[in-house]
Amino acid sequence: MNKIVNTNQILSQITDGMTIGIGGWGARRKPMSIIRAICKSDLKDLTIVTYGGPDVGLLCSAKKVKKLIFGFVSLDIIPLDSHFRKARQAGEIKELMEIDEGMLQWGLRAAAMRLPFLPTRVGFGTDVLGKNKEIKLVKSPYDDGEELIAMPAINLDVSLLHVNTADEKGNTLIYGPDPFFDDLFARAAKQTFVSAEQIIKTSEFKKAEVAVYNRFERNLVHGVFHSEGGAHPTSCDPNYGIDIAHLKEYSQASDSFDDYYKKFINISNNEYLDAVGGMSHVNSISKTIF
Amino acid sequence: MSTSSTTLAELCISIAAKAWQKDGEILATGIGLIPRLAVGLSKLHFNKDLLMTDGEAFLIDQPISLGQKNPISSAEGLMTYSRVFDLLWSGHRHAMVSPTQIDKYAQMNISCIGEYQNPKVQLLGVRGFPGNSICHKNSVFIPNHSKKVFVENEVDMVSSLGFNNNIYKPNVGIVVTNLCVFDFNGNKNSLRLLSIHPGVSLDEIEENTGFEFEIFSESISEIPTKTELKLIRNILDPSGIRENIFGAKK
Repeated sequence: MNKIVNTNQILSQITDGMTIGIGGWGARRKPMSIIRAICKSDLKDLTIVTYGGPDVGLLCSAKKVKKLIFGFVSLDIIPLDSHFRKARQAGEIKELMEIDEGMLQWGLRAAAMRLPFLPTRVGFGTDVLGKNKEIKLVKSPYDDGEELIAMPAINLDVSLLHVNTADEKGNTLIYGPDPFFDDLFARAAKQTFVSAEQIIKTSEFKKAEVAVYNRFERNLVHGVFHSEGGAHPTSCDPNYGIDIAHLKEYSQASDSFDDYYKKFINISNNEYLDAVGGMSHVNSISKTIF
Repeated sequence: MSTSSTTLAELCISIAAKAWQKDGEILATGIGLIPRLAVGLSKLHFNKDLLMTDGEAFLIDQPISLGQKNPISSAEGLMTYSRVFDLLWSGHRHAMVSPTQIDKYAQMNISCIGEYQNPKVQLLGVRGFPGNSICHKNSVFIPNHSKKVFVENEVDMVSSLGFNNNIYKPNVGIVVTNLCVFDFNGNKNSLRLLSIHPGVSLDEIEENTGFEFEIFSESISEIPTKTELKLIRNILDPSGIRENIFGAKK
């Protein structure tokens, strides 16, 4: 079995209007090389589901987003994403499902468990209910009879994740201490594609101290794209931290996206790594202390 | 230590730190610089039983000094985002947050300002506010007390539950601003003045608050003790980053 693919093969599985889940969290472990490939493509009208960072910003500036299902969009160290803000303030994102970040987890978990919804109290008393008319209530069938919010399943067509290490069969390792909700994204999707810093032989997974970092099963993974530096400018702990200098340049580019597009997006992956200072630079970016 | 040599940032950190004083063994989360330093001071001085995180993925036994390079050296456990949700849904947390808007019902907004489909100012999104406000206690830090923050009408996008809900009530702790200290324990959970910072007048507070509040006390806010100042200056923030929060105003 060999699931090694390139970005063209990943893009061939994505069509206009699909619902795409993106792993990571804010400015952490985002599959940015795949995101840039989507920005370059003809794809349009995507529904994006994510704990948002510069992935959302880039896709907004590249006019790929029809609907956003999200709790926040933040670059962490820079609280707000200028590209996302510009798109929102121009009314460009036609449909929004803005929910609590825990409700987002619940929606992904419901999809992962093949359930129509999961109940929660989270959202009561806020505009999350008022703005999302599709979210309905459910009454507990037990003696308490409590009325709860039925957070609907967020079913995904494709999930895109970035991991530290993978093999050609789709086994993956996330070495960072927080795997975020990547496992749920993989389970909630019909197809999952991962980019990986490093490809190793399956035999190297055999040590228990390595295998504990395997966060979901290989049968969920449909393609593995070898992409060193693939999360840049977001972090890929412990390989490299958030490239704050690049995120500043990115932030300033919301009003001059054509220039950023030429310089960093409309080029090959190798050219991108050269443009940001090479892998030696990327690997030298230290971990941000919050 | 006299009042004049204590900065506004230090005053706010000291007052805010007392928010967790009687909380026992719960997770204290301070979002933003001053709340984060306040959690650290609380852990060192007011409530040693608190759980706190490095802001990334670990529970830590000792606060991380601002600028410290190796936070993992003080880890005592793991606190991934998934575990944060698990923990907060059962109520074992008290956060201090800085909303962009807050109203007379204690509803808060960090999502956007203006009309929803085409907002004047897009902010973060509701983030964890709906879940936090219905599950656990939240205190508030406002660095720029004004009518833009304490809004006359309801907040533009209600991100957290307020006291105007018929079924659920939020648990709101203290509200520390650059001018004064409030809580929401007035009549019918209205905003209530607890103390005024040195050099600030009641008029100034009224002029900068978009709705009426009760006056429980006009006493002067308690300034930090020598021990607290030492912990802030020598341990928690030795390079003085806290002073950037209020710009040039000290």
